[in-house]
Parts: sequence; C-alpha cells; structure tokens
Amino acid sequence: MTIKQEEIEKLLKEGFPDAEIEIQDLAGDDNHYAAKIRSSSFKGKNRVQQHQMVYSALKGKMGNELHALALTTEEK
Amino acid sequence: MDIQEKIKEVITNHEIVLFMKGTPDIPQCGFSMAVANMLKLLEVKFDSIDVLSSEEIRNGIKIFSNWPTIPQLYIKGEFIGGCDIVKEMFEKKELQKLLDDKKINYKK
Repeated sequence: MTIKQEEIEKLLKEGFPDAEIEIQDLAGDDNHYAAKIRSSSFKGKNRVQQHQMVYSALKGKMGNELHALALTTEEK
Repeated sequence: MDIQEKIKEVITNHEIVLFMKGTPDIPQCGFSMAVANMLKLLEVKFDSIDVLSSEEIRNGIKIFSNWPTIPQLYIKGEFIGGCDIVKEMFEKKELQKLLDDKKINYKK
C-alpha cells in the first residue's frame, strides 16, 4: 500500500494549520517518507505526545498505507 | 488474562524491553535493528519481544501504547518511543541521561 506525498501534506496541514512542514520521499516509492514539522501546538508536550499528535492527524494511515515516516517534531 | 494485561505484566517485570520485528540478532526490519543496535552499543541488558511471533501482541502493543508502529521501547514501565525518538535521544545523550536517572548500568 502506498500514499502520495500531497496527501500526507494535506492531512498534516489540516492537523497543524500553523505548521512549517517539510516532507521528503526517501525511496521514491510512495512508502518511505521523512517529515519535519514545526508547530506551536507542540508546546509543553514531550516527544511521545508530539508524535502521537502527528499520528492522530494522519488518521490511522501510519502503520497501514504509510509504512515508514521518519518524524522530527519541534516547537515553533 | 487478556492481552492488554499481559503486556502490562511484561513491561512491569522487565527493566528494559523492546517490542520489535525479529530478534536483536536476527532483526526483520531496519527500524527494529537500529534500536536494538543502540541498546547493544550502550551494553545495557534488555529483553525483546518478537511481535511477528504473535499477531495478538503486534496489535495489542499498538493499542496499549497508542502508537501505530514497531519498534517500541519501554524502560522501567515507561514508554520511551519508537525508532526516531530513541535515535534522537541517543544522539543527544538524553537516553544515556535517562538510564542514569533510572539507575541502570550502561557503557560510558
């Protein structure tokens, strides 16, 4: 199963409207991505909580359509 | 005992436990291998659970941790994170500090 970069970007923008988002397709196979997200919504959250917020914005696609997403989250 | 209780028991009874695909010696996924290798580099004693050996554990741990991917690292009952977080903590020496705080021996 695969997912397009635009779709990941769209879901992340919906979840984090203020965020600066960089997405890289690591293998060119629509299946392995890296994302860097800077958002003010991460303020006061630890890394586990920040990544859980990202997974929740991806609406269950992580671990299913999306096999690998290397995540870096930062407070803005 | 249901699977959620079993998982709770596993993370309570093991100081460091890694839920991974495969085993530390024969990992079945690069992300699981990366975390196992970091623990090996630190020379900490850890136990591992191969989620590929049980569909029940594989799904159960995702629900238990509210975390959609494998590997997952637990230290003294606390969920530390998956590959990205453990790697970032290792590189920033935060993982080493956490082991110090939890009074777990590792190679300095």
